[in-house]
Amino acid sequence: MASLAARRATDRAVKAISTGFAVFALFLLGWILWTLLSRGLPALGLNVFTQVTKPPGQGGGLLNAIVGSLIQIGIAMAIGGPIGIFCGTFLAENGKGTKVGAAARFVNDILLSAPSILVGLFIYTLLVVPLGGFSGWAGSIALAILVIPVIVRTTEDMLNLVPVGLREAAFALGAPQWKVVMFITWRAARAGIVTGVLLAIARAAGETAPLLFTSLGNNAMSTDLSKPMASLPIAIYQFAGSPFDDWVSLAWAGALLITVGVLVLNVASRLFLARSH
Amino acid sequence: MTSAVDPTFNLASAVGAKPDAPPAPAKIKVENLQFYYGSNHALRNINFEVPEKRVTAMIGPSGCGKSTLLRVFNRMFDLYPGQRAEGSVLFDGVNIVGKELDPTIVRTRIGMVFQKPTPFPMSIYDNIAFGVKLHEKLSKAQMDERVEWCLRKAAIWDETKDRLHTSALGMSGGQQQRLCIARTIAVKPEVILLDEPTSALDPISTSKIEDLIDELKQEFTIVIVTHNMQQAARCADMTAFFYLGELIEMAPSDVIFTNPKEIKTRDYITGRFG
Repeated sequence: MASLAARRATDRAVKAISTGFAVFALFLLGWILWTLLSRGLPALGLNVFTQVTKPPGQGGGLLNAIVGSLIQIGIAMAIGGPIGIFCGTFLAENGKGTKVGAAARFVNDILLSAPSILVGLFIYTLLVVPLGGFSGWAGSIALAILVIPVIVRTTEDMLNLVPVGLREAAFALGAPQWKVVMFITWRAARAGIVTGVLLAIARAAGETAPLLFTSLGNNAMSTDLSKPMASLPIAIYQFAGSPFDDWVSLAWAGALLITVGVLVLNVASRLFLARSH
Repeated sequence: MTSAVDPTFNLASAVGAKPDAPPAPAKIKVENLQFYYGSNHALRNINFEVPEKRVTAMIGPSGCGKSTLLRVFNRMFDLYPGQRAEGSVLFDGVNIVGKELDPTIVRTRIGMVFQKPTPFPMSIYDNIAFGVKLHEKLSKAQMDERVEWCLRKAAIWDETKDRLHTSALGMSGGQQQRLCIARTIAVKPEVILLDEPTSALDPISTSKIEDLIDELKQEFTIVIVTHNMQQAARCADMTAFFYLGELIEMAPSDVIFTNPKEIKTRDYITGRFG
């Protein structure tokens, strides 16, 4: 056994190293945020929200990208939200110890960590090529596939936290299973499930890769889901790499918008969880 | 004790039980019941009767099968694949262990209150309305009336009447448990199963629940599982002692606790094991 002095030295060394890395990680994060704020804030004028993309040198804004992102995320959540919640509910309530449950859980775990560009390519071959063009629908469905595993996982985890006794108490009153799930377990896990949905929205909001091959992007205002549709991540990707200063600063403004949006969602989900406890 | 094996011997009169308590008919009759958790044979050859409108206590050391038996009575075991019962449990003459009977019907008529208070995450009023709405369509006024009726029955009306629409999670543990009893009564079952209903409560709440049990047996048949032998002695008309999945002895509570027939019962109630 090491002497007391040696153990204290080890303790101090480990503490110093872990504190050092924590500070370093925070420093990087702070640096990113600082850069984002210092470049994005000056570019964030009213025009960003009111004008569509214009040719370089003529001003313009990100209205088409903001609207496109909202539409595609909205549809993705409308498709992926129910599927994810019901699938997670099945896994927690009925899928325990069954083969279907084990298979679904396994596939979901793979999807959860699958590179998002694969999802983009999948929808590209499945929808874009056969239908003969990029479209808002394709982008929405690609995002839906991305959010489903996130929602499935959080829903299952949150439902598993509901005490068995609560379910049994509802069954003991003579309730059929669907009523137990809808009125008791979902209600008990409500805050957690909503948090999962908010985090899924945050994830979808920042994804670029699945949209590259699906909704492509659009420099004009378009709400037609059968046509290519703009989105904030694509706009950032497109503008940041351009040689025009005004486009580059618009990209910073877009990046700031997404970051603030994700931050708001995260804070909202935390508040939601805290309020329910 | 030759009298103990004489089938005509009347235990109740022998121990001076109240003459105004005639033998009650059996509400539940358990015949040759076997119960398995997977391959684990948890209950062996159980035969006994639960008298109507009486309190029957089931005692015994942990793992003896008393809670298992309680969960057979309202088919709670059905929720878990791998658990199965064989034999028969006759409830008013109908075998409720048979697969053909819908467990939700059994559970409507045989209610259950659990060890830990389990208020639903909703208002006090809705906690009660949830169960009632499953089986009956009541108007708002009828529902109000039912809520008040069962809260009064559970001796918790005075504490809740001004906060019916606030969350049930804000009540104390003892209040929550009485709410759970009210919720069970609200669907008007015939039998109420109590699974260690006071083991998570303080002495004052416990004595309130015990008083309540005494009241409730006027209208309901009650089966209570308890680890507290004083509680069984205080509340129960009949007490059954279980050990290692078998029913060792069942008799009027005053007999069990003063003059048990079996050595194992005597050892258990005097604290020699368990």
